[in-house]
Amino acid sequence: MLEAMAASVIIRAEEDRALLCPSGRWDIANAAALDQRLRDLALPDRPVRIELDGVEAMDTAGAWLLVRTRRRLSARGLAVDFAGGKPGYHILLDQLEAAGAAAEPPPPRGAAPLADWFIRIGAATASFGTGVLGFLYFLGQVIVTLGKTALRPRRLRVTAVFAHIEATGVSALPIIGLVSFLIGIVLAYQAEVQLRRYGATTAVIDLTAIAIMREFGVLLTAIMMAGRSGSAFTAQIGTMIVGEEVDALRALGLDPIEVLVLPRLIALVISLPLLSFFADILGLFGSGLLSWIAIGINPTLFTERLANISITHFWVGMVKAPVFAVIIALIGCYEGLRVSGSAESVGRQTTRSVVESVFLVIVLDALFSVFFDVMGI
Amino acid sequence: MSWASERDVVVRVRGLSVGFGRRLVLENANLDLYRNEILGVVGGSGSGKSVLLRAILGLVPRRAGRIEVFGRDVAALDLEERRLLERRFGVLFQGGALFSSLTVAENVAVPLREHVGLTAALAAEIAAVKLALVGLDPAADGRKYPSELSGGMKKRAALARAIVLDPEILFLDEPTGGLDPIGAAAFDRLIQHLTQTLGLTLFMVTHDLDSLVTICDRIAVLADRHVLTTGSVEELLAETHPWVREYFHGPRAARFFSPDALNRSG
Ligand SMILES: Nc1ncnc2c1ncn2[C@@H]1O[C@H](COP(=O)(O)OP(=O)(O)OP(=O)(O)O)[C@@H](O)[C@H]1O
Ligand SMILES: [Mg+2]
Repeated sequence: MLEAMAASVIIRAEEDRALLCPSGRWDIANAAALDQRLRDLALPDRPVRIELDGVEAMDTAGAWLLVRTRRRLSARGLAVDFAGGKPGYHILLDQLEAAGAAAEPPPPRGAAPLADWFIRIGAATASFGTGVLGFLYFLGQVIVTLGKTALRPRRLRVTAVFAHIEATGVSALPIIGLVSFLIGIVLAYQAEVQLRRYGATTAVIDLTAIAIMREFGVLLTAIMMAGRSGSAFTAQIGTMIVGEEVDALRALGLDPIEVLVLPRLIALVISLPLLSFFADILGLFGSGLLSWIAIGINPTLFTERLANISITHFWVGMVKAPVFAVIIALIGCYEGLRVSGSAESVGRQTTRSVVESVFLVIVLDALFSVFFDVMGI
Repeated sequence: MSWASERDVVVRVRGLSVGFGRRLVLENANLDLYRNEILGVVGGSGSGKSVLLRAILGLVPRRAGRIEVFGRDVAALDLEERRLLERRFGVLFQGGALFSSLTVAENVAVPLREHVGLTAALAAEIAAVKLALVGLDPAADGRKYPSELSGGMKKRAALARAIVLDPEILFLDEPTGGLDPIGAAAFDRLIQHLTQTLGLTLFMVTHDLDSLVTICDRIAVLADRHVLTTGSVEELLAETHPWVREYFHGPRAARFFSPDALNRSG
């Protein structure tokens, strides 16, 4: 009830003109109701005077509603003027009158859902295309920069490389270790359940050790690194783009590829294989522990069987590590450099970077398997 | 103004100390902001003007001191009261602080959407009016994203967002930095109009000598980690502290603050 009384407007017809009488508080709190009220009002067909004496308070929202009404009436060829009220009202109204001429709100976004949908598909396709092309271009730049740095090794930012090794490698040790240890336990447990039926429980050792060394150690590490470090690369570089830091680097004559990308790439190529090695060891430790506790294979027997497994399996796993590292680092940096200036785009590119690098790592892993199979390794 | 009593204090800062790490940026600072006045805050770069502003808004923790807004101690407010209080503030941050994933028009409409239940159409209209008021083109600039704006345009857009709710207290951190002289003069006029018509109170950090002379009623000088002195231009001209002397009698200031320059600007 009080709400309805707070502000209102009535229209009174006189013989040669109409009187529009706003009253109460014409402020933003009442703007929605007043807007509706003005729309419901039957507009007069003769000159109008807007009589401000009843207005207790007015802010820009309220004043705008009056100015807008006046503009609508004027557009229909009616003369309109303001009268009465506090002097401040008129300053405000005049000011909005001037601004109102320029005030056409931009059309709201996303009015047509179907068209929008097609637009989005088109944009996604185009962005995929430019993404692939751009990545090849980026790859070329990185190779050239790497070549230049190889010729003049002093240009390599050693401090940055070590900082990134610490961030991507050393500080990832606990989580990588824990995950591989648990995976080792799970693998050994599942293998034991199946192999017990054939009475071949000691084969658990061979099975899990080969699976861990060939596949799981490196694959898990790579996926963890894509989620942990690839995303961090994208977010770091993307935030620098938003803050114009990358432009500042360019303007200072520094090459962002050399300053930002190479140290991250080199650091990950060093730390990911080491982490994979660490993951192998803890995975084996996990499976050994389970074998001992659940199957009763004592550690001596375990290490003996382990020593009989060909070392090739280990190298097959390790060879993949630097390749995965290159993929993760390059995609992480590339998606970071594609950020376009908003916080939202940092988030989008980071998601992309993780999804793409995990996907590529798994695809490459499959290709490696085919390759090694054909080679008979 | 007739409907505002002159000595009505809306922000009272007493004994404020703010520090980062082991360094104190503000130490025992006192300040009064009166209703319907335009207070200019000056001080060297890094003297703590932005920190003072942020401390009043409760954005940086304080080591000591008391801040009262509209007579209430801000530390004693509960969440709902704080929200209501913040609705009466408008803030222009030094860097603009526009939301990067919204267009300019959407940025300006954010307070309308969040604090008052306006229809989308009316909110867009009011946002467009405010953009026009600060000298932006609502149709062309309104649909741009902040990353697509020039430095001065960012300032204007941020100002439009700060004034969209007709706040009672407007905090501006270097509003005319990055504006061309014509834009800066238009800004001064706009601020004057708003204070006259809406009874605004202004806390304005500025390095713009023109703004200081033209629109500020009082000036607070920040130096040596506290508010050294406050007063009108004339009072500060008589001040003896070396930094204040340097500020108001330096080569740049002389053009603005010499007696006949002051007479000219009225
Ligand atoms: N978040 C923070 N952490 C640490 N120190 C800070 C922080 N914010 C500000 N400072 C320090 O506080 C001091 C005052 O900073 P402030 O931003 O208030 O300066 P200012 O007076 O606004 O300067 P300018 O005129 O250049 O904007 C500076 O020395 C700054 O380094
Ligand atoms: Mg500052």
